[in-house]
Amino acid sequence: MSQLDLSIESGEIVGLIGPNGAGKTTAFHLIAGFHPPSAGTIRFKGDSIVGLKPHAICRRGLARTFQLVQPFAGLTALENVMVGAFTRERDTAAARRHAGEILDFVGLGPRRDTAARNLTLGDRKRLEMARGLATRPELLLLDEVMSGLNPTEIEAIIGTIRRIHERGVTLLIIEHVMQAIMALSHRLVVLHHGEKIADGPPALVARERKVIEAYLGEAGDGTAP
Amino acid sequence: MAVKALAVLAGLALLAVPPFLPKYFLEVLISILFFAYLGLAWNLLGGYAGQFSFGHAAFFGIGAYTSTLLLLRAGLSPWLGMLAGGLLATGFGLFEGYLSFRYGLRGPYFSLVTLAFAEMLRVVTVNLKVVGASLGLVVPSQTNALLFVFADKLPYYYVIAVMTAVALAITHRVAGSRLGYCLVAVRENEDAAEAAGVDARGAKLRAMAISAFLTALGGTFYAQYFAYIDPTITFGPAISIGGLLPAIVGGAGTVLGPVLGSFVLTPISEITRAMLRGRAGADIMLYGLVLILVISFLPQGLMGWLRARRAS
Repeated sequence: MSQLDLSIESGEIVGLIGPNGAGKTTAFHLIAGFHPPSAGTIRFKGDSIVGLKPHAICRRGLARTFQLVQPFAGLTALENVMVGAFTRERDTAAARRHAGEILDFVGLGPRRDTAARNLTLGDRKRLEMARGLATRPELLLLDEVMSGLNPTEIEAIIGTIRRIHERGVTLLIIEHVMQAIMALSHRLVVLHHGEKIADGPPALVARERKVIEAYLGEAGDGTAP
Repeated sequence: MAVKALAVLAGLALLAVPPFLPKYFLEVLISILFFAYLGLAWNLLGGYAGQFSFGHAAFFGIGAYTSTLLLLRAGLSPWLGMLAGGLLATGFGLFEGYLSFRYGLRGPYFSLVTLAFAEMLRVVTVNLKVVGASLGLVVPSQTNALLFVFADKLPYYYVIAVMTAVALAITHRVAGSRLGYCLVAVRENEDAAEAAGVDARGAKLRAMAISAFLTALGGTFYAQYFAYIDPTITFGPAISIGGLLPAIVGGAGTVLGPVLGSFVLTPISEITRAMLRGRAGADIMLYGLVLILVISFLPQGLMGWLRARRAS
C-alpha cells in the first residue's frame, strides 16, 4: 500500500476495485484496525482510529466482513449474529431479539437455528453481513461478498446490499463481479499495485485508460470492464 | 430435558444419600466432587474461552498457602482466608493473563507459559523457609467449625457439594450471558470475534479472573480436608492435570461436562489405584490409556457424545 488517499462521505456506496494483489483487502485490514499503518492517518467521523483495536473501531460504528468467510462454525446462525448484537446490548434476551430481526432482514430467518458450518456458502456470506449489521455500523466494509456465488445468489445479495444501504449504512465494497459493482456504486476507486489510480463515477472510471490497462495487463481474468 | 431431569435427581441423591454411605464411599464421593469442582473452575477459561491452561496449580497453591499461612500466623479463619486466597489468585491470574494475551500467546504457547508460572511458584515456595519450604505446612486439626476443621468427613462433603453447586450455577450464568457468548466467539475464531466488536483480551481476562478465584478456593478446601500442604501437591502439575481432565473428558465448554467427567474418571482412578497397588506407576498408565481412548474417540467429551446420540 503506498500513499492511499481515500475518503468516504456518509451515505455513499463506494466500490473498491482493482486487479488481484492491488491491495484492496490490505486497505480493509488497515482501516478496520487489523494492521497498523506504517505512516499516515486514518480518521473515522473526525477522530483518528490509528492504533485502536478492531473491536474498539467496531464499537465506533465501523464493521467489516472477511474475504474468506469466518463464521463461528459451531454456533447457530442466531448465536453468530448475537455475538455482534452484544456489542450494543448487554442483555441476552435483547441481543437475541435484535439478532433475530437482523437475520430476518437479510433473509436468513428460516435458518436461525442451523449450525453455521451447515450453511451454504451464500448463506454464510449473508450471515457474515448480518453479524456485522448487528453491531449497528455506520460504515460497513464488504470484502468480496459475491465471490463463489451463482448468478441467482448474486442478484439476491445485490438486493440485500441495497436494503442495507436504505437502512442508512454507508458502504465500502470490494468486488470483482463488475456488473454488480458498477450497478451498486455511486463512486468507484481503483487500486493497482497498492496505489490509487482512479476515483470517480463508475461510468467515467470504467473508461479511463489507466484502469483498462491495469486490468488488461493481468492474465485475463475475464471480469474486466 | 431428560438430561436436566436426571441432573436434578442426581443432585437430590447427592444431598440425601451421603449420611448413609460407608466411610470409603464417602471419601470417593468427596474426591469426585473435588475434581468436578476444579474441572468446573478450569472449564471457564479452558473450555469456554478455549485457553488451555496447564498451570491452574498456581491458583490452587496460592489459595492453599494463603489461607493456611493466614491461619498459622494470624489466626484468621480459613473461611475468610479462603477469600483472601481467591483475591490473590485472581490478581496473579490477571497478571499472568495480561502478559500472555498482550503478547499474543495462543494455543500451546499459552499452555506452556501457564505451566511455567505454576512451576515458578512451586520452586519459589520450595526455597522459602518462611512458608515451610519443601517440608510444607501442617494445618491445625483441632475440631472447630469456625476454623473450617471438622471431626468427620461428612461436613467436608457438604462443603464441597455446595462449592460444586455454586460453580455449576456460575458456569450456567456465564454461559448464557454476554460474556459467555463472547468467550465462545473468541474460542471459535478470535479475529472474527474482534471484527464483530468483541474485546477478546478483556473477555479472556474476565474468564481467567473467575477461573483463578474458584480454583484458589479449592486449594483452601484441600488444605483443610487433608490438613497438610506442600509445594509439590499444591503447585505441581498433578493438580493442574487433575482439574482439566474431567472437563475435557466430560465435555469442555459445557456446563455439566466437568461433573460428568469427574464421575467417570475419578472412580476409574480409584479402582486402578486399588487394583494395581504395589506396581508402581501401573495405575497411572492404565488411567492414561483410558484418557487416550476417550480423547481419541470422543473429542467433544461425554456431553458431546450424549448430544450426538440425542440428535440422531
